[in-house]
Formats: sequence, structure tokens, C-alpha cells
Amino acid sequence: MMMDWTARNLWLIPVLPLLAAGLSALARRRHRRFSAGLAIGSMAVALLLACAAFATAVRHSGTELSRQVVNFRWFELGDGWVRLGWVLDPLTAMMLVMVCLVGLLIFIYSVGYMAHDENFGRFFCFLSLFASAMLGLVIANSLLLFFICWEVVGLTSYLLIGFWYHKPSAAAAAKKAFITTRIGDLAFLIGIVWLYGQAGTLLFYDAGQGCLDKPALAGLATQITSLGVVVPTAIALLIFCGAVGKSGQLPLHVWLPDAMEGPTPVSALIHAATMVAAGVFLVARVYPLMALTPAGSHSGAAALVVIAWVGALTAVFAASIAVAQTDIKRILAYSTVSQLGFMMLGLGVGGVAVGMFHLITHAFFKALLFMGAGSVIHGCHEEQDVRRMGGLRKFMPVTFATYAIGMMALSGVPIFFSGFWSKDEILHAAHAWSMSRWPFYLGVLGALMTAFYMTRQMCFVFFGKCRLALRQTPASEQGSVALPGIPAPEHPQVEHPAEPHESPALMTMPLAVLAFFTVTLGFLGTPAWPWVQSFLEGEHTALNVAGLWRPGVLLVMLISTVVAFTGIGLGYWLYGRDPLDLQQTDVLERRWPNLFTLLRRKYYVDEIYEWTFVGLNAWWATACDWLDRWVWEGAVELIAALVVGIGWVDRVLDEQVVNRWFDETCRSLSTSGGLLSRFQDGRVQKYLRVLGLALVVLVLLLIWGCRAS
Amino acid sequence: MMNLSYNQIVLSVLICGPLAAAAVMCFIKREDLLRWWTLAVTFALGVFSLPLYFRFDLATPDFQFKETLSWIPAFKIQYAVGVDGISLLLVLLTTLMMPLCVLASWRYIQTRVREFMICLLVMETAMIGVFCALDLILFFCFWEAMLIPMALLIGIWGGPRKIYASLKFFIYTMSGSVFLLVAIVALYLKVGSFSIPEMMGQSFSHDFQFWIFLAFFISFAIKVPMFPFHTWLPAAHVEAPTAGSVLLASVLLKMGTYGFLRFSLPMAPYATQLFTPFILWLSVVAIVYGGFTALGQTDLKKLVAYSSVAHMGFATFGIFALNKAGLEGAMLVMINHGITTGALFLVVGIIYERLHSRDLAQAAGMGKVMPIFALFAGVFALSSLAFPGTNSFIGEFLVMSGGFSAILSGSAAVSQILIVCLVPGVILAAAYMLRMLQKLAYGGTRNPDHSLLRDLGFREVAMLVPLLVFVLWIGLNPSPFTRVMHASVEHLLEQTHQPAAAYAIAK
Repeated sequence: MMMDWTARNLWLIPVLPLLAAGLSALARRRHRRFSAGLAIGSMAVALLLACAAFATAVRHSGTELSRQVVNFRWFELGDGWVRLGWVLDPLTAMMLVMVCLVGLLIFIYSVGYMAHDENFGRFFCFLSLFASAMLGLVIANSLLLFFICWEVVGLTSYLLIGFWYHKPSAAAAAKKAFITTRIGDLAFLIGIVWLYGQAGTLLFYDAGQGCLDKPALAGLATQITSLGVVVPTAIALLIFCGAVGKSGQLPLHVWLPDAMEGPTPVSALIHAATMVAAGVFLVARVYPLMALTPAGSHSGAAALVVIAWVGALTAVFAASIAVAQTDIKRILAYSTVSQLGFMMLGLGVGGVAVGMFHLITHAFFKALLFMGAGSVIHGCHEEQDVRRMGGLRKFMPVTFATYAIGMMALSGVPIFFSGFWSKDEILHAAHAWSMSRWPFYLGVLGALMTAFYMTRQMCFVFFGKCRLALRQTPASEQGSVALPGIPAPEHPQVEHPAEPHESPALMTMPLAVLAFFTVTLGFLGTPAWPWVQSFLEGEHTALNVAGLWRPGVLLVMLISTVVAFTGIGLGYWLYGRDPLDLQQTDVLERRWPNLFTLLRRKYYVDEIYEWTFVGLNAWWATACDWLDRWVWEGAVELIAALVVGIGWVDRVLDEQVVNRWFDETCRSLSTSGGLLSRFQDGRVQKYLRVLGLALVVLVLLLIWGCRAS
Repeated sequence: MMNLSYNQIVLSVLICGPLAAAAVMCFIKREDLLRWWTLAVTFALGVFSLPLYFRFDLATPDFQFKETLSWIPAFKIQYAVGVDGISLLLVLLTTLMMPLCVLASWRYIQTRVREFMICLLVMETAMIGVFCALDLILFFCFWEAMLIPMALLIGIWGGPRKIYASLKFFIYTMSGSVFLLVAIVALYLKVGSFSIPEMMGQSFSHDFQFWIFLAFFISFAIKVPMFPFHTWLPAAHVEAPTAGSVLLASVLLKMGTYGFLRFSLPMAPYATQLFTPFILWLSVVAIVYGGFTALGQTDLKKLVAYSSVAHMGFATFGIFALNKAGLEGAMLVMINHGITTGALFLVVGIIYERLHSRDLAQAAGMGKVMPIFALFAGVFALSSLAFPGTNSFIGEFLVMSGGFSAILSGSAAVSQILIVCLVPGVILAAAYMLRMLQKLAYGGTRNPDHSLLRDLGFREVAMLVPLLVFVLWIGLNPSPFTRVMHASVEHLLEQTHQPAAAYAIAK
């Protein structure tokens, strides 16, 4: 089997941006053009290579060369080697092109957006690092390598969310993002270690030996854990936890809206198009594991059922929150969460192709929307509250046109917009799902709300009168308007609002390119010509217009068309006819104040977490500290005190009892000594006297002795 | 011929060299010269110890670079030294850390420089001696000898409560050593010799194993320190000067786990199996408890000290997973902890030299004016929270996969609950390290004024760079480090499992 040059050198794609990151880290702060040029250049070359890889994958589609892997040894573990590697298959190829293309456009856009930032070079260094890790994750053929890149991606996300760290909200959001996703990553890591223990390898594909190759899967499917769950299902669910964290699914979605504190290009690249989609990509990558059913069982794979439900619930949950938000980026953030839910739903009910198609189209139109939002924010002098915008279509025509295209794609306006086709695909699969019809209903509801909140946002931002001049009244007024939980604008010190203006070409050009793809991509996956689906599944495809008219397909298409137009119509009817003024309460708020507040406060999830997990954690940390200080330390101190106490008792005992005897003896000794010493007072006469006396006694004794004998 | 002579004398040179250098110092008067001399000696010893790695024979589990001299023939006490795959890296870690400690004390120590440097050198002798000794009496001499310079380091150059901390450290660890001495005497009476290699793989009676294991355990658990014997550690760390903290964390804590590997496992395999569940639970408690307590600290040194408790929990967990991945992971965790925590203490020392405070709030926002410092602190903090691509990730990954293979192989000692309980510890590490890092690098809205601080100088960069290199090296390419362990670990496992199997059959 001859391997292609592109497959063998696939590693170049992530390494190029890595080099760029390394070099620009060494550059001085004032070498702005150097950093940006390096980053953009490396991405452009990576894009070329990715296109070559894509071409290779297309050429080999359906043959045995459609999956080419290169594996190498990393280090020895236990009795085997831990090996890493990369893989080129349709999934990788498609993702590579998307990441490189969107990445490149956002890099270019950032040059305009970040032009006035003093840490321009550092920004591009981080962006390049991110791109490198993301591309590494895409080509990884080992779950371990995947995880490493996954974590580095999380790190760069942390660094970039906190890029404007002088804002406390940004620093807090960065930390929150890192820790929340890490909770998911932990389960992921356990899943990895478990999988390693079970399968003995973490390589996805390894000439029949990898953990996603059929023999290994067959071996896994026979084992049952002590809880009665099949091992692969348990592992798959643990891995899915990682995806839940990264892709902002319920209940770990809380970090993603806060992540909007980062610069807007970051939101577009990391928190809309690529990194958050990595969770979906992960599920798609290990799909064979997720889809594994117990040997002999005929019911659906339990893991996929969970994924479908989580996705469907997230889709509706986040969409409903988006309805009540007023920050332009937060609306899009909740929309992202919701769309990621759709992708998960698609993976759960339909398979890899369904989820991945929406991932790709979403990446383009959501990046477009975020960059459009960035352009709006830029043009409105860092204003983010949609209620203070309005009428911008006159001032920013290019932004308006492209934004409208993105909005229509997201809302699912039929035929001409990619979002329609990919969402339709998901709804179609959900409709056909054998387990339950509810995910389908939830999906339809989510789609309705999506169209509604996007129309609401459009009306606020681009239609009606321009309310920009009304802002920056005294702080008290701003305080009353600003909603809790919504941060202050990025640079609140703007004193004299000028007219909103169109952004420079550097920023609008990428918008136009993205808009182009937003429209065209959809035609690659229509029911009439499902090229994307068959490419991913390795089949051949032919144009078949009749595919559109099959009853199930047509019905779902009709439903989603009706839903999209209903949502848009409703939105226009409520917000478009009579543009709101700044002081007015929201239309929905007037009708259902309680419900609206509930939605605006995001179902109080943040507060609940704050009260429960964060509070508990802090309490427990304090308790441990207290325990350490008083109980363990206390025990040691007690023992020490005990020892000292015994010492004291001993001393008393020693001085009073033991020593007294000794002292008494000594004293008696010394008394007797004193008595004896009288004999030695140095007077010679006395000595002589004694001597004489002794002599007498001695003589007497001798005489007595002699006499006796 | 040249090779032979190097192999024969290297360990003795490493052991005696610092002592001789300390003697020379009595004749040096100028403080500057004293510092340079110590740096030169420790650096030279570090370089001299390198061939140990390259000439180490990977194929054999036997002790290498052996040297045996008769010492007290009447009791068969010998001067016997040698290293195997378990101790080799620890010796190298010691010789690596010493010059860095000297650098860390360059400005910090201004009084009694000579005495300080002598203490450091005596420490080096004792530490290397402990890892190399192949005779129990020799081992015990070094083990105890280590306490004195350390207690002096804390007691003379320490912080405000130095006497308290020094005494506590001395007495706490000393009382552990008493049990060690008892075990040594008991072993001597049983075997009739003090030779460590002779005692490994002996099949002692189960009762006897039980008691010596217990005696070893108390002594080593205090040294590690394992929960709940850890309270001397924060006190000692907080009061010790930077070099003292670094040595304490990098090398001294490893003695406990080294003791487990060298004595408990091979000498009392039956008792090891018996105590394993208990020790695994203690390890998990240490990981979680250490993490939580670290989260509750505002004193930087205490924070790092409690993180040590948690990390060493991983080491003991890996050791008592009793399989290859677990043991190698544990040994790697030991090395990693030495590098990372040592580096973190150096970082705290750098902060203290500038602010004269270890309070996190005082240090808030330092990174803004000290970007190079922030970079180093960031990498080491990431390493401490086991970020993939850094050294700790490999170690903890190995330990976890060791734990899992123990479950899968049906080892009753490792239950699934244990692994589940282990997990929060890893998140906690992220929480407390990020909290520290974010405070240091960014701070809050109102930071103390740091505008007058200068960024790291050449000396400080020089002492952090080697550690940074190892953080990434082990993280990206751990093979050179795990390679040396394989033979010894396999041998150790044979010794540990053979009697157990026999026991199971007998039962």
C-alpha cells in the first residue's frame, strides 16, 4: 500500500502554526507586522496542505486508501509502547480544510480588529498556538495525542478569553472556562485510561489493532461492568463527558457565554467555529465506539441515546435563553450552545455525516455572524448592548448584508442557505429515529426559537432608528439599564459617541468570503446530492433530484420551512414593526415578566452552581484547612503537650522523690564528711595529739594481741 | 581502565565530595568566595554524576557502581554503596537541585554564609548517601544525619517561627526514625547481617513481616508525608529559607517513598499485600484533602506545601497499585514532583525576595510588570496541575493507568470507588494552581503597586531554566527517564508478587 506524500507529511499542518507561535513569542512587542504576517503565512500554507490532503482523500474516497495512518512510538509503558500517530481520512480532511480556512479568514480579520491593541503580537502568538493544537487534534490518530491537543486547545482558550485580563470579568471567565471544561476532561481522561486498560492501545486505527478497528471493538463488546453497563458504553459515556465540557452541552454549558469576554475574533474562531466543535468532532471520531451495542443485543447503542437526548435538551434550553439576552455576543453564544446541541442530536440519531455536516456549515455561518458582530461592535465604538444599536443597515451596508446571510442560514431559511440543509438533515434523522419522537419535537421547537431570536437581534441591531447617540448618559441611568450578569462594554470610557461607521476592508473582506461559503456549502449535502454524507461514509454519490420528493424528506423540509418563517415572522411582528426605545421593557417582558426574567437570568444556573458547587467547594476547602489547623495540628500539639507534661511531671518526680533520696544520702554523707573533716583542720599539735593517741592505742592493741596469743 | 575506576569511585566521590568541600570552606573568609566555591563544587558534582546515567546498564536489576568496604567487622557492618534503577534518578535529581539551591540562596542568605553553605553541602552528602547506601546501618546514619543540617537551615535562617518549626520537624521525623531503627535491629537479628541486598527477597514469617512493615510504614509515612502525618510539612516549609524548602520538597520527601520501594515492598511482600488497601485509601485521602486544603490557603508556601501532600499521594498510590505502570508512574511522579515543586518553591522564593511576603494578595498582579517571571510561573503551575505535555501528566497518567490495570486484573485491593475518589484531586489541582497563577499573573482590580519590581535577573533565569527544560523534556519524551527503571521495577515486582502467589496457593 503506497502512502501519499500528503498523508506522510500531514504533521506539517499543525507544526507550521506552532513554529509561527514560537517565533512570534520571541519577537519584540513592536514587531507587529512580523507576528501577524507569520501567523497568516503559516495558516495560508497550512490551508494549501489541507486542501492537498482533502484532494487526496477525495481521490481515494471509497477505496482502501481512504484511511491512511502513520504511527510512531512515544514511550514504554508497562509491557508495551505508548504510540501516537496521525490519520488522514475523510473526516480529518474535511475538518482540516474547515479549520484552516476559517482560521485564516479570522486571522486576517483580527489584523483589523486588534489593530489598536498594544499586545498585538501576543494575540497572534496565542492564536497560532491555538490553531496548531486544534489542527493537531484533528489529525490525531491516538486518543492520547487527541487529549494532549485537546488540553492545549483549552489552555489557549483560557489565555485568549483572559486576553484583556485587566477586566476582572475576563479573568474570571477565563478561569471558569478552564475549570468547567476540565471537569469534563477528567471523566474523559478516566475513559481514556480505562480504554487503555481494556483495549491495550489508544491508537484509533492501527492495521486492525487500533481501538476503533473492528476486532478490538468486538472484544470490548463482550465485557460488562459491575454496574451492569457494557464496558464500551461506560467508556463512551466517559469520553462523551469531555465533549460535554468542551462543546458546552448541558450541564457544563455555563462557561461558553462567559467566554465572550475575550476579543471577538477569539469568540468567532474558538468559541463558535472550531474549539467548541471539537467535542462534536470527538464524538464523530470515536463514533464506532459510541455506536457499539452489547454482543447479541438489538436495541440501539445506549451511548448514542444519551448523546441524542443531551443534544436535544441543550438545543432547546440554550435557544430559549438566547431569546431574552441583550448582549449581541451573548445571544450568539447561546445560539452556539444550542447549535452544538443540534450537532450532538444529529450524531446521536443520525450518525457521523449528519452531525459533521452541520458542524461544517455552522462553523462558516457562525464565524460569519460573530465577525459581523465584531464589526458592529467596532463600528459602534465598543457597544455590545443590542438595545443601544439600531438602524445600522444604513451605516454598515456590507456588514448588514453578510450578517443577514448568516442570520438566514442560522434561522434555516430554505433552499439558498446552508443552515437549512444541514439542520434539515438533523431533523430528518430525528424524525426517523426509532427510540423516541421527542428529540424531533424538541429540535423543531429549538429551530423555531432560533429563527425568532435571530430576527429579534436583527431588528434591534440593523433596523429602526439609531439609538447609539442616546447612550452614555450619566452612570445612574446606565446602571439601571445594564442588566445583572452582563459586563460593561469593552472600553466604557468613550465619551462622545460618533456616528457608527463601516469597518475597514480588512474586516469586511473575510465576511464576504464567509458569506459566499455560507450560501454554497449547503448544496454539497442536499438530499438530492448528498455528497458530504457519502464522502464521509466512503460511498459514491450521484445527482438524484427525486431524493427531494421522498415523503419523509419532503415532510420534514416543509415543517422546517414553516418553522423558520414562523419564527422570523413572529420576531418581526414583535420587534420589527415598532422598534423599541432604550427605556422600554421588552415586548415579551411586558407579557410574561416572570418567565422573561427566568430566561434572562439563564434559568439561574450560574447562581445555582455558585451556591452549590462553588460554595461547597469553598466551604470544604475552609473545612480542610480548619481540620488541618486544629484537628491534625491539634493532635500533634496535644501529643507534644503531653510529652512536655510528662516531662514536667518527671521533673517534679525527679526533684521531689528520686532526687530527695539522693539528696538525703548526699546530705548525710556531707554531714558525716563534715564531722570527719574536723579531724583535718591543719593544726599540727592536734595531729600530733591524735597521732600520739593512735600510737598509744596501737601499742595497746599490739600488747593485747601478744598477750592473747 | 579509566571506565572501571570511574565506576568504582563515583558514588564515594559524590558522597564524600561535598563533605570535603565543606571542610575546605573553613579556610575561606570572603563571603563571595564562599558562594562561588559552593556553586562550583555542587555544579562540578552535578556534572560528575552525569556519566552515572550514561554508563548505567539498563539490562540488569542489580546494584551498579558498587563499592564495598568493611566498616565494623564484628557486626558485619559495611560501607556498601550502589545504585539501581530505583535510586539512580533520585541521585541525579539531588545533584541537579543542589546548584540551583545555591543560586537561590545567593542574595537571600546574608548572615552566616559559611555555616549556611556548609549545611547545604552536608545535606548533599547525607541525601546522596541515603539513596546509595546498601547497608542498613550506613543508611540509618545518613538518614539521621540529614535531619541535623535541615533543622539548622530552618532554625537559623528561617522565618519568624523558625525554632518551633525546626523543633517540630526534627522531633516529628526523629520519632519516626525510632521505628526504623527497631526494624533494622529486628532484621539484623533475623538475618545476621545489615546488607540490604541480602534482605530483599527473603521470605520472612508473616508475623515478622507484619511488624517490620508497620515499623517501616510509620517511619516512611511521616517522611513522605502521608495523611495524617503531614502537619510538620507546612510548618517546616513556611519557615524554611528557599533553599531549605526546595531541598525539603525535591529530595527529602522522596526518601519516604524511596523507603517503601527499597524496604517495605521487597522485604515484607506479604504484609505489603495486607496493608495495600489501607495505604491506597490514605493516598486518595491525601490527594483530595491536600488539594482542598491547598485551595484554602493564602500563604503561597503553604499552598505549595499542601499541593506536595497531594502529589505525594499520587506517588504512594502508584507504588501500592503494585504493577509496572503504577510503580514506574510513582517513580516518575517522585522525580516530577522534585522538579516541579522545587521550581514552584524557587518561584515563591523569588516573590519573597522582592516583596518580603508570601501572601497571595500582596503578590497579586506581579506578572504584569514581570512577564518573564509570569512565563516561568505559568509553565510550572501547569506542570503542577498535570497539564498534558508537561512532566506531571505522564506521571499521573501512568499512575492512573496502573490503578486501572490493577482493577482490571482483579486485584481486590484497588476498587473502582478508589479511582472515582481519586478524580476530584485532579480538578482541585487545576483549581488551586489556576487561582494562584491568575492572582500572580493578572491579579484583581486593585493590585498592590509593583511598578518598581524588576523582572528576573540572569541568576534567577539560570536557576529556573534547567527545571523548565526537564518539565518539557519529561513531558514530551519520557522514554529516557522511564527506560532506566524497567529492569529494577520488574525485579521488584517479582519479589513482591512471588510470595503473595505462594501465600495464595497455601491458603
